[in-house]
Amino acid sequence: MDTYIPAEYEVVRNPDLCIACRVCERQCANEVHSYDKDLGKMIADSGKCVNCHRCVCLCPTHALKIVKSDDTYRLNSNWSVQTMNEVYRQANSGGVLLSSMGNPNDYPVYFNKILVNASQVTNPPIDPLREPMETQVFLGKKDVEIKRDMEGKLVDTLPPQLKLKYPIMFSAMSYGSISYNAHESLARAAEELGIYYNTGEGGLHKDFYKYSKNTIVQVASGRFGVHEDYLSAAAAIEIKMGQGAKPGIGGHLPGMKISDDVSQTRMIPKGVDAISPAPHHDIYSIEDLRQLIYSLKEATAYTKPIIVKVAAVHNVAAIASGIARSGADIIAIDGFRGGTGAAPTRIRDNVGIPIELALAQVDERLRQEGIRDNVSVVVAGSIHSSADVVKAIALGADACYIGTAALLALGCHLCRSCHLGKCNWGIATQRADLVRRLNPDIGYKRLVNLVTAWGHEIQEMMGGMGINSIEALRGNRLMLRGVGLNESELRILGIHHAGESM
Amino acid sequence: MKRIYVNEKWCLGCHLCEYECAFANSGLDKMFKLKGRMGELVTPRIKVEGEDKGEIHFAVNCRHCTGSICVQSCIAGALSKTDDGMVVIDKNKCVGCFTCVLVCPFGAIMPSPDGKAAQKCMLCTDNVKGEPNCVKYCPNNAIVYEER
Repeated sequence: MDTYIPAEYEVVRNPDLCIACRVCERQCANEVHSYDKDLGKMIADSGKCVNCHRCVCLCPTHALKIVKSDDTYRLNSNWSVQTMNEVYRQANSGGVLLSSMGNPNDYPVYFNKILVNASQVTNPPIDPLREPMETQVFLGKKDVEIKRDMEGKLVDTLPPQLKLKYPIMFSAMSYGSISYNAHESLARAAEELGIYYNTGEGGLHKDFYKYSKNTIVQVASGRFGVHEDYLSAAAAIEIKMGQGAKPGIGGHLPGMKISDDVSQTRMIPKGVDAISPAPHHDIYSIEDLRQLIYSLKEATAYTKPIIVKVAAVHNVAAIASGIARSGADIIAIDGFRGGTGAAPTRIRDNVGIPIELALAQVDERLRQEGIRDNVSVVVAGSIHSSADVVKAIALGADACYIGTAALLALGCHLCRSCHLGKCNWGIATQRADLVRRLNPDIGYKRLVNLVTAWGHEIQEMMGGMGINSIEALRGNRLMLRGVGLNESELRILGIHHAGESM
Repeated sequence: MKRIYVNEKWCLGCHLCEYECAFANSGLDKMFKLKGRMGELVTPRIKVEGEDKGEIHFAVNCRHCTGSICVQSCIAGALSKTDDGMVVIDKNKCVGCFTCVLVCPFGAIMPSPDGKAAQKCMLCTDNVKGEPNCVKYCPNNAIVYEER
């Protein structure tokens, strides 16, 4: 704690309701609450509170709330409280500021400025409860040649595909950044849902090979945990070139999160910081990328699609075009709102572009160049709801990755303190007593519920548009209209303003 | 018979079960009215074993043992087994000798707060909850109520 910085949040306890059961005290890894024997009541040290709401949720008498402190510096429209505090923190530590989860700042969320169409009178809506409504998608290259054998029968030349029951996958979150139980929840949910989860760059724990049919394994610049069995176990392999929360830089897993198990899975020493370099040291061009893609394909006998994940940056369309020509089967684009277990604050809050704009431009460029079918496009970076999924698909995506939403389903309250390793919800921690708080039996069910619910909503929205399959929605930008967007934004998104017809 | 089982792997040692138990058996309509009355009005029939900062915690309440030693040792005939195997106590018959408290290998029977009779978990069949309140409010499924 920096003595220059007053508590941002205040723990408020209703003394009439508190029965001093001390659940809050036992559940707070930040040691905010304690029982004062002299006073005979519970007290709280708000300065230590990260506002994760664990105590609020578990308080059996609802005696607690956490409020934004009304303590204030002299009001100043130029120097915000946050900016001042950041200066204090750096003056105290001399270090780079670290943050967790996605960019929380007040940038536009374009999904919220896009509206979806519905059928009226002339083209009837479809009721998904009564008629078939296809949410299944296949990810992979679709550029098949038509080949016939000697007898004139069609030869199957379709490259390997990923089959998803819903156009939703769980984003890459490494074992190390999140806990064993969080990983187990994601893996089991992916299996039950018929979708995929992604190991992130932390390797695949030996216990989770049994979920390998629903596992995407990642090969990132640190190459942590990459070995033959890891690659051959997976349903698909993702090469991580960049991450939306921190484009242009690598990763940094603090040593205290490298437990025995994490160290074994990552194949690195215990307790030592795990640094992934900013670039892949063997990739400095699309040609180099192509070499890695084909190395991985060769290693797995051309049986698995290769995903290349990049952060949404200013010339993402040209980059995607290069990737589409490099032999990749799927491009994943991560927008600037994407989450992270830890990123330098300045990078997270100032680098990258919104996923909606990146997606629209990538889809447009790939179509113009006639190579859209070379790849599937998966988007990530703050997909908040099923409506965002529908809008993303109409803008041209094949599927979406959800990371933050999945963690919320597991209990995350976005306190954005993952980098401290003391997650009270048992998600972003390796401390055994905290990891235990996330029972995968509960966690996986909540994830299944979330995606199933979104699936229903996607069906309802598609039905309303008179569309009965995801295929017919993809890139269907006429189903979208912008509100409150300027000409450039509309042009980039490739959509009309609300009120304009065809 | 459906019984309460504990899974120490998932027990957080939060002690919520103890308070939910006490509330269920208190006859109060709001939990916060327990304030300052634990021990005097009501004591929990479930107890979390394990130190606060320790590695292992688990909640213990009546196991409803087959061949229940408490039933055998009851001199007043207050403890008995129902047809489906639940060990029940009739407080009106209990003379407060607490032999059952002595013999219970789990420490799952204890004197009630008034000290006049013994008390034990009867799976919330003896209060308005009707189903085990500790199970219902365990935040991590560490206590389950099931047939095995």
